[in-house]
Amino acid sequence: MTTRAIEILVGLFVAAGFVALFTLAMQVSNLSRLDTSDGYQVTAYFQNIGGLKVRAPVTVSGVTVGRVSRIRYDPKRYMAEVTMDIAPQHDYFSTDTSASIYTAGLLGEQYLALEPGAMPEVLQNGDIIEFTQSALVLEEIIGDLLVRMTTE
Amino acid sequence: MIEAIRSLGRWGLGIFERLGRGNLFLLRVLFSLGSLLVRPRLVVRELYSVGVLTFLIVFVSGLFVGMVLGLQGYVTLSKFGAEDSLGVVVALSLVRELGPVVTALLFAGRAGSALAAEIGLMKTTEQLSGMEMMAVDPVRRVVAPRFLAGVISMPLLAAIFSAVGVYGGMFVGVGLLGVDPGAYWSQMQAAVDLQADIYNGVIKSVVFGFVAVWIAVFEGYDATPTSEGVSRATTRTVVHTALAVLGLDFILTALMFGSPQ
Repeated sequence: MTTRAIEILVGLFVAAGFVALFTLAMQVSNLSRLDTSDGYQVTAYFQNIGGLKVRAPVTVSGVTVGRVSRIRYDPKRYMAEVTMDIAPQHDYFSTDTSASIYTAGLLGEQYLALEPGAMPEVLQNGDIIEFTQSALVLEEIIGDLLVRMTTE
Repeated sequence: MIEAIRSLGRWGLGIFERLGRGNLFLLRVLFSLGSLLVRPRLVVRELYSVGVLTFLIVFVSGLFVGMVLGLQGYVTLSKFGAEDSLGVVVALSLVRELGPVVTALLFAGRAGSALAAEIGLMKTTEQLSGMEMMAVDPVRRVVAPRFLAGVISMPLLAAIFSAVGVYGGMFVGVGLLGVDPGAYWSQMQAAVDLQADIYNGVIKSVVFGFVAVWIAVFEGYDATPTSEGVSRATTRTVVHTALAVLGLDFILTALMFGSPQ
């Protein structure tokens, strides 16, 4: 085979490889989804976060506006500290916004839902969400139900 | 009795001797990679025999592995009514594991064995000594371009395998079994992370390519210069590469995905 043909085939091969890498990055992964890298961070404290994971979506009325970036336990407050990244274009949440942890579907992943309040001031980078509602833990609900059934 | 212990010792020393020689050889190859900057044509020629000729088998295998994943995943997921997660199952298993590992095994069978046999035969027919007589370093002229070509083509081949497999899974899942195409792609995009999954898969394929081509060129260069020696070197290349890749895969997986979150 001539050198030219070999070079053309090698060029095609390398191009195919990069097209495949590009496909994986753009089509298969979440690169094309919401970018929160230059957004702002807000923290919320929860009694119980249930099964919430880092990178879980943060939604408002079901629309994803950010992602959970860090979860840790705060030993001073005795509460779970959840830090979330919110995309820069969503800079209109009032300071009395409340955060709740819900489950998508019956057995789905848990996500963080924000409910905007009525205050004129908006959340800034590093602010804390005061009003939170913990995740529902199935055992607690069943326990609660049993207690009510026995007292009636 | 004494003789048995002696032969055991010889065997053990032999293993460490080969291991040491393999590492020293790798150092020689790595140091001679710089000389390729002057003659990139050598690498292009080897990219043809290592990469382009492996392309077809990787493409076809990727297609069929993706199709099998689509079928198996559908059968299991439909028991839980979770067919919509088929895209996640197919993409994650391909990008994280099957892409790099199966490509490395195919690469060892298709390209590694050919490299070992080629270099081994060059040694047997004294072409390598002939080069040394002409003051041409065979490691620079013969081994380094093949090594570099292997390291370049492995991640590309693994990416092709994974991408083709995702479309193969879509063909079976969406085309034949009736999974919703929107759910297939959107669930996949929600679950597959660029950093955690795709980058780590690429890192795996680079490591596997490095190891596979290192074993191949070393076995060829170190082969006993007889026809039997070349055949042994070829066999050892495939066997050792398969073992090294599968072992390394566990270590890399534990490092990348082992810790929670």
